Amino acid sequence: MASSPEALTAGRAIERPAVGRVVRKWLRIAGYIAPAATLYVVFIIVPVVQAVHYSFYNWSGLGPLSEYIGLGNYREAFGDPAFRQAMEHNGILVALSLGLQLPLSLGVALMLNRPLKGRSVLRLIFFTPYILSEAITAIVFLQILQPGGLLDAFLKAIGLGSLVHLWLADLSLVFYTLFVVITWKYIGFAIILFLAGLQGIPPELHEAAAIDGATSWKQLRYITIPMLGPTIRIWAFLSIIGSIQLFDLVWIMTLGGPAGSSSTMATYMVDQGINSLRVGYATTVAVILFGICFVFSTLYQIFVLRRDVSGSSSRMAG
Amino acid sequence: MAAPRRSRVAPFSNAPVYAIAIALSAVVIVPIVYVALGGFRTNGQLANDPVGLPHPWIGHNYVNVLTSSGFWRQVGNSVIIAAIATLLVVTVSSLAAYPLSRFQFRGREAMYTFFTFGLLFPIAVAALPLYLLLRQLHLDESWLGVALPEAAFGIPITIIILRPFMRNVPGDLEDAAAIDGCTSFGFFWRVLLPLSRPALTTVIILSVITSWNNFIVPLLVLTEPNHWTLPLGAANYSTEHSADTAGVLAFTTLSIIPALVFFLFAERRIVGGLSGAVKG
Repeated sequence: MASSPEALTAGRAIERPAVGRVVRKWLRIAGYIAPAATLYVVFIIVPVVQAVHYSFYNWSGLGPLSEYIGLGNYREAFGDPAFRQAMEHNGILVALSLGLQLPLSLGVALMLNRPLKGRSVLRLIFFTPYILSEAITAIVFLQILQPGGLLDAFLKAIGLGSLVHLWLADLSLVFYTLFVVITWKYIGFAIILFLAGLQGIPPELHEAAAIDGATSWKQLRYITIPMLGPTIRIWAFLSIIGSIQLFDLVWIMTLGGPAGSSSTMATYMVDQGINSLRVGYATTVAVILFGICFVFSTLYQIFVLRRDVSGSSSRMAG
Repeated sequence: MAAPRRSRVAPFSNAPVYAIAIALSAVVIVPIVYVALGGFRTNGQLANDPVGLPHPWIGHNYVNVLTSSGFWRQVGNSVIIAAIATLLVVTVSSLAAYPLSRFQFRGREAMYTFFTFGLLFPIAVAALPLYLLLRQLHLDESWLGVALPEAAFGIPITIIILRPFMRNVPGDLEDAAAIDGCTSFGFFWRVLLPLSRPALTTVIILSVITSWNNFIVPLLVLTEPNHWTLPLGAANYSTEHSADTAGVLAFTTLSIIPALVFFLFAERRIVGGLSGAVKG
């Protein structure tokens, strides 16, 4: 196993090392990587770079880029109450996801983590909304939440008719309505992820703790949650990135309205670019979104996820 | 000793757990069942009595959708785009994952990091700049215009899932293949890919679902109704026929079915693949 690199390469190619062989090795590597790299650069890197370029212009998306305005678009975006409101909505979404969805899904996963009849059926059921597209989810709930729809009829039938609201038209309510729909769609995924994580915890740990007299609360606090840490941290990452880029569901259900009361940064961007034909300005919003994703992901990698890597290596060392 | 004691306690403590599990399942299932049943009602029935079974059952909403050319064209567009995107992303990513997992060369980790970098840019965030680029390339209003970006944005996660899998294939196999006269590509094609089948299945499923569900790229790129994908068509149908709720419910139900059927076949792989990716 401890063979040197030379021994390894000798096994693969019989010829002696020569300049031609080195060149051929690099050509071969390039040949394997080039198709992916091309696709990746053309459709991910180039649009990002172009967006940065466009963001310095006042541009309708048609005709030449002629009206250079420097940082004008950025100044306008950060000064626009509508964009600040959209950013605030994304922020609330992150807070609600971590503050409500996490304890809820963790609680359900802990509850289901025992020998239950029909657990595979439950898993199938909980996972179904995750597989539906946001677009379809949006259409389904658009029908259910319309005035006189299923939810209103249900509330009236159980004598709670006074709770009936204009779920998607009430300015102070609409964003929270959307959050409930988002939770419906994504919480099953979290439950299943946490269940998988819980099953990876060796039962001996709990048995040993029980023998030492640890209460079930202490076992949860000092064994289950820490052992589930990596899963929770990955889930939180996916959830936050998902909250930052939320678009489909909002666009179909409310278009970000009424009056911007359910807007997100992405709906604001598309609205400016497509409906108002302010493409230079909309790409500025895209660049700001890139920036937020980039800064967040980098900080998260450094301060949160790196713990998992160093933790696992120290565990291996110890 | 602990196991038998636990199972004796189980019947009592499990009862509330079942109750909560059933309640949660109902919350998940009721909206979907409502939509499916709603397709069998008339709009009058929906307005008067949206709860309970349809009375009488009406088939014509479903028949209308199934006999419309628009629905089938959208199914076709979605299938073709998902197929192109998946074929592309799996081909280019497995080719790239091979040297990134098994070759020794300077800059390998940097190259890998470069590819995983794409995870930071969700496709929704990039959609508008992407649309501008596709217009320049005259790829708007085309299958490729949607499939190529979808494939590109699928590269990071596909390489991340494939690389550890390919790395774990024993080096002895590679040496044996080389002694038998296998070229590097021969090893990749005849040994590595077949051995990576579980991981390949996972990335294929992920790619198909991601493409099938994508909304924002088709929304910007495909404005011509004949080119719409199923989610785009369903969304537009629900806006255009907002007075015909029963018709919208039938259309929506029918557009859920392909994803559900696919999911039932693939469920284990998806969950396994996702938790595998999390652990990796």
